[in-house]
Amino acid sequence: MANLILDDICVRFGGLQALTDVAFSVGEGEVVGLIGPNGAGKTTVFNVITGVYKASSGTASYDGNVITGLRPYQVLSMGIARTFQNIRLFQNMTALENCMVAQHSRSKSGVVGAILRSPGQMREEARIQEKSQKALEFMGLGDVTDEVASNLPYGHQRRLEIARALASEPQTILLDEPAAGLNPSESMDLMNSIARITELGINVLMVEHDMKVVMGVCSRIVVLDHGVMIAEGVPENIRKNPAVIEAYLGQ
Amino acid sequence: MTTQESKKLWLSCGVGLIWFLIILWPLLGITPEGLEFGKTFKVFGYVAVGVVILMLFYQVQQAGKLNFVGTPLKATSVGIGKIYEITPRWILLGIVLALAIAFPLVTGRYAHDVSISVLIYICLGLGLNIVVGLAGLLDLGYIAFYGVGAYTYALMSLHFGLSFWLCLPIAGVTAAIAGCIIGYPTLRMRGDYLAIVTLGFGEIVRLILNNWMGLTNGPNGIMGILRPEIFGFQLNKLWMLYYVILGIAVFTILAVYRLNFSRIGRAWEAIREDETAAELMGVNTFLLKLLAYAMGATFAGFAGAFFAARMRFVGPESFSFLESAMVLAMVVLGGMGSIPGVILGVLALVALPEVFREFELYRMLVFGGVMTLMMLIRPAGIWPAKRVGRRSEEAD
Repeated sequence: MANLILDDICVRFGGLQALTDVAFSVGEGEVVGLIGPNGAGKTTVFNVITGVYKASSGTASYDGNVITGLRPYQVLSMGIARTFQNIRLFQNMTALENCMVAQHSRSKSGVVGAILRSPGQMREEARIQEKSQKALEFMGLGDVTDEVASNLPYGHQRRLEIARALASEPQTILLDEPAAGLNPSESMDLMNSIARITELGINVLMVEHDMKVVMGVCSRIVVLDHGVMIAEGVPENIRKNPAVIEAYLGQ
Repeated sequence: MTTQESKKLWLSCGVGLIWFLIILWPLLGITPEGLEFGKTFKVFGYVAVGVVILMLFYQVQQAGKLNFVGTPLKATSVGIGKIYEITPRWILLGIVLALAIAFPLVTGRYAHDVSISVLIYICLGLGLNIVVGLAGLLDLGYIAFYGVGAYTYALMSLHFGLSFWLCLPIAGVTAAIAGCIIGYPTLRMRGDYLAIVTLGFGEIVRLILNNWMGLTNGPNGIMGILRPEIFGFQLNKLWMLYYVILGIAVFTILAVYRLNFSRIGRAWEAIREDETAAELMGVNTFLLKLLAYAMGATFAGFAGAFFAARMRFVGPESFSFLESAMVLAMVVLGGMGSIPGVILGVLALVALPEVFREFELYRMLVFGGVMTLMMLIRPAGIWPAKRVGRRSEEAD
């Protein structure tokens, strides 16, 4: 049971209370949306889950193991991969190499193996390449594998971010505004991709401002405002929730 | 070319010449006897006439008047490029290796001497390339590991009479340990701060070598280091030593190449590109940065051990900051992260100054000028790094 559970997470930066008692979970086969106005602390939630920030109190656990306090690479090897709000690809590496980096935690050959090119290392290298290629093809980037990331058009870069996260063979994927800057048809593609990702048995937690995308793919929505959870529920209820409307539109 | 473009070109050329005059006059015109103008204007005149001729030539060529020479030339160069493309890599590498093996048979002592230092610097450059070019950690104290390797062999040889071949891996290991010790506290730093700290550590190592009389014999250095032996036969001719360092260099090239295209090399590159993203994509950046320092230091340690065996003497002055800066310049000039680039960079900075010996006093001036020009014209280096597969800039 791949289950991400946040339990009363608080984050303080000096005097600023960024998150207060945030508690929700992402269960098997779920697509959970995390929404809220700017500065509500959505990306902070991601950073706490992935180990970039430490929670001031509260714990996050995954598959029954506590993950707060782990280093980011350890969180990834537990099966949680993420993308970034402002694209953070390895700019001077090819699309394929970007994905191959993500396989780092799924492989283990060392310096000696690499220098001697032992059969084990060669097999592992072939496997890494194959899996990365698959991840690229899954996101429809099969024909740009050898393109340098910085030369890809914006929409492709967004997809490559997701492909890179998928290449790490996660069970849960955190998408940070995957539709930001995409045109309507690209957004549609993205929604299809997310649906296909869930078919692979991967759970999704995503931050998104595009309500069409959120309402279209999420099975459950969590709303944050000023670091506090103000609502949680199925899309239809969230849309009608007065607290949510107030947070977005003001009184 | 339109008149406007040509005007622009002549204007920038004129500005360049005036700039040249401004730096030239203080060099030539200010003498103990007073100010002098004749010599400056004579030199300036030659340069100006040369530049104008080149400019005219360029304009004529741009106008297409020289196509009867240019077109066949271009065709040949494209042809050579095609031959290069279709020839299997191993044939080209085999040719280069055969030339390197045949080199001492057809040249004299002086050439052996220069080529040995070229090969030593290739090992150093490729080692530093791991740290700077792949992992993106600016290291200004790299030569310290070279020193650690050299002193390791010197002391082992002097006190225990251990053979060179046994000490070579030991020197690699001690240098790697030194790399970890120096690397560890710097791991949290980035960019400029890291450069300053590594600079400090490099100096600390040199000062230890200089002042620890009991162990290193201080500024007097250590003499009487044994030459490498093979089955009891001492390699005491320069050309024999050439083959030893050639072997070490070939091993270094192979090792660095294979590391580059392994999961470890990719992780290093990911750290260089975006450290936070690399960590979030499953790379243990802490460990891998330490590994980059250790691996870079290992190759410097090998080179150092050979250096001690070749000179039969080590002293602290061989490991000054200037050496670190030179190795760094070789890596940057050649092309960071690119193995052929680093090799060309070494050739440019070690072999060319030897070729330019005739310029004597102006040698370093020419050297500085060439470096400045290179960085202006090709900031990515002589032979920039390539990645697996086809890259888009090669396609067009």
